[in-house]
Amino acid sequence: MSEAVPSLSAPPLLKVEHLSMRFGGLLAVDDVSFHAQDGEITAIIGPNGAGKTTVFNCLTGFYRPTSGRCALRHRDGSEVLLERYESYQISRRGRVARTFQNVRLFPRMTVLENLLVAQHKMLMRASWWTVGGIFNLPGYRRASAYAVERACHYLELVELLPRADDEAGELPYGAQRRLEIARAICADPVLLCLDEPAAGLNPSESNELRELLRKLREDEKIGILLIEHDMSVVMGISDHIVVLDHGSKIAEGVPQAVAANPRVIAAYLGEEESDEEATGNGASGGAKGNGASNGATSGGATGSGASNEATDKGVES
Amino acid sequence: MSDSASQSAGASGASPTGASPAGGMRSGGGGERQVLSAFPPLDIPAIIRELAFTTLIASALVFPLLTLRTVDSVEGLYIESRWMVSFMAVALVVAGRLGLILLRYGKMIYAAVGGVVAILAAFFLPVPSLFEVILVAGGAILALRALVDLFLVVRQISPSARAEFRDRGGVWVRRVLPWAAGLAVVFAIVLPFMPFSSRYLIDVGVLILTYVLLGWGLNIIVGYAGLLDLGYVAFYAVGAYSYALLAYYFDFSFWICLPLAGLLSASFGLLLGFPVLRLRGDYFAIVTLGFGEIIRLILINWFRFTNGPDGISSIPRPSFFGIAEFARKPKSDLPSFHETFGLAFSSEHRLIFLYYLVLVLAALVAAFTLRVRNLPLGRAWEALREDDVASASLGISRTSIKLAAFGISATWGGIAGSFFATRQGFISPESFTFIESAIILSIVVLGGMGSLTGIACAAVLLIGLPEVFRELVEYRMVTFGGGLVLIMIWRPRGLLSFREPSIRLLDRRGRLRFAVAGRGVGESLCAGATGGATGDTTSGATSDTTSGATSEATSGTTGGVGR
Ligand SMILES: Nc1ncnc2c1ncn2[C@@H]1O[C@H](COP(=O)(O)OP(=O)(O)OP(=O)(O)O)[C@@H](O)[C@H]1O
Ligand SMILES: [Mg+2]
Repeated sequence: MSEAVPSLSAPPLLKVEHLSMRFGGLLAVDDVSFHAQDGEITAIIGPNGAGKTTVFNCLTGFYRPTSGRCALRHRDGSEVLLERYESYQISRRGRVARTFQNVRLFPRMTVLENLLVAQHKMLMRASWWTVGGIFNLPGYRRASAYAVERACHYLELVELLPRADDEAGELPYGAQRRLEIARAICADPVLLCLDEPAAGLNPSESNELRELLRKLREDEKIGILLIEHDMSVVMGISDHIVVLDHGSKIAEGVPQAVAANPRVIAAYLGEEESDEEATGNGASGGAKGNGASNGATSGGATGSGASNEATDKGVES
Repeated sequence: MSDSASQSAGASGASPTGASPAGGMRSGGGGERQVLSAFPPLDIPAIIRELAFTTLIASALVFPLLTLRTVDSVEGLYIESRWMVSFMAVALVVAGRLGLILLRYGKMIYAAVGGVVAILAAFFLPVPSLFEVILVAGGAILALRALVDLFLVVRQISPSARAEFRDRGGVWVRRVLPWAAGLAVVFAIVLPFMPFSSRYLIDVGVLILTYVLLGWGLNIIVGYAGLLDLGYVAFYAVGAYSYALLAYYFDFSFWICLPLAGLLSASFGLLLGFPVLRLRGDYFAIVTLGFGEIIRLILINWFRFTNGPDGISSIPRPSFFGIAEFARKPKSDLPSFHETFGLAFSSEHRLIFLYYLVLVLAALVAAFTLRVRNLPLGRAWEALREDDVASASLGISRTSIKLAAFGISATWGGIAGSFFATRQGFISPESFTFIESAIILSIVVLGGMGSLTGIACAAVLLIGLPEVFRELVEYRMVTFGGGLVLIMIWRPRGLLSFREPSIRLLDRRGRLRFAVAGRGVGESLCAGATGGATGDTTSGATSDTTSGATSEATSGTTGGVGR
């Protein structure tokens, strides 16, 4: 396997190897392999329907991959195979947390409650599966105060602390997105998967999001997998980019290299295999094409002809 | 008839109970206000068309249903035709619709006069008694609604002001509710000793409390876990039969059987839960419905064990905690209650004891539910109800959490069942039909899913009122159905539909409820409390703590953090 792994110093946090997912006749993910490093942001990009969300669903137990392996290295050095777990086991056994493409909060619960639900396992154990909690034993009281404190910490990080007692469903859209991210981190993951966190945000909000992700990467020392269509976000903060198209990986590398890659540009502009891509996705495809080519030009301006080699190898395999 | 119902719906939409921040409801109401502020010009052809259409529909419904009636007399069965009654019914419906139309076009005076005329007509025209009731109620609602609208127009109260008024009313309701609930509890405790109390009243009280108990039990499945269970009566039946059979075969006393019945019922709950919980929505509802029927059919057909449709009679009554018995001459070797306590014998003693027994059981369930709701388990129930995919991604196992809901809920159902058995002294499968499940479910849904107070109110309304109006024999079930319809129209999310959070960071006065360490957290919270909370909160509860309480909130918060 000649995967293109840019920094080879540390063993990777996540190793996805030959991942495939088939829905009936449709091969949504086709033999995709990539690595993600601890403390880095790895972006997964690609046109609509490329299979990005499906990769996330395989990593988080919602789908069982048809074939392939997703190995996650924990802090103690042990390795877990994510595809073995059910979705509800992923949070604790796999320590992977995620957000969803269309926000999935608990709308009628308050912001604070949303974050406490994220700490369910810890609180459940502290309450002795409710038996101790009913009598409000000191152990549970301590755990509960700790959980609130953690929740407050992350609420402050996403600037939602003043709204802690409001219903989550009442928050404006951008705030809901941030809350969902805070909720995911509250679950104490080593790998955080964000599915299009900037979708539907206005430019200033997506700037804030970029800052937030940077801060998360630094403070939490976790790996972040990021699906995103907003190229200003992707190019600005990713350390590593994986490009999917029609289920297979077409490129991989540092942002500049990916942006300059002709296959990526072609996939976004819909030049190759143009049939459905060009006609069906006219408007949105066009918009994304713009984003990509912007990235491409800026990448070119900063001068990056050198690192094309690695990317091309990645494409070959 | 249905017109007067929807009529009243509009009227009390404006009543100050709109606490729920339900977007749907509010926007619906808002639309109506828009119409109100700018009345359309009178459009006679449209009105005539509408009235004609109403007549058509009313006739189509009324004539087949009301006109012909079989009468049993000495000469035999013959058919009586009641054209007059049918015409009157149609006329009533059309008149109601006319009232609505008048309101819609802003002819409030006419509508008010029409309402008064209807009330007078009830007293002076020779109409059947049910029509009298409808005339009075419909007329009163119409007149009231017209007067309220008139008041609003004259005083030029804008729709937004009305919404605000409603919000403030909601906040008020929320604040008063705990006190009202406390008062109700005190009232329930002293009821048997009040001068106006009677055997009958206490009996109704026991009945209502049994349904409160059942409602609170079912609430865990339906209100918290969000699963539509149509077969709750199965657990009720299991509890009742557990007690009856254990007492019959093993001579166990009530006090041993009560927890055993709960356990047995819980195990049935888990047994049902395992296969069923993987189903969703309608499928789940249908299977629980089937389960309810299966239990009933087993009880009917397993003749040798359960005595089949004949039921089990002479179920032992509970003793006074195993100390004394409520009988003039106890059959067992226990002394009798009145002699032990030096009272004159009265058959009411047992009834009062049963009343307090069910009251204590209900209190137990309430305390348990309120506590569990604030624990991770309770939050997990609600999280699953809100979004089970997101819950799974946060490590909540659907099966085990819902099984817990099922088990706990079934336990309470079983305990209610064995109480029922000991109160009646006789049970048969007749008592556990689907209608029983439906009644319990209506209590939960109408009370406002998840709200214990709301459910208690609904139980009082749905069980108490028909019981008190027993003299209206034929119309008893009409009261029940009418109540259902009215609540559904007024408050589609239940009587008390707002949700109290399981945990709050700031209490009502704006102080931190938790000693949150870390300076940064506290400081930004203060900044938020002064700046953020004023403008953008939309929920009724928070907006009342804004301006006045803000400065206090800030100081309180800093104090809390400093410690
Ligand atoms: N459960 C499923 N059953 C059948 N087909 C599916 C399923 N989930 C995804 N697909 C298909 O797999 C393909 C990839 O979908 P996926 O949601 O992963 O795309 P995506 O890259 O996330 O696109 P987008 O940018 O629009 O979110 C699509 O063609 C989709 O229709
Ligand atoms: Mg997607």
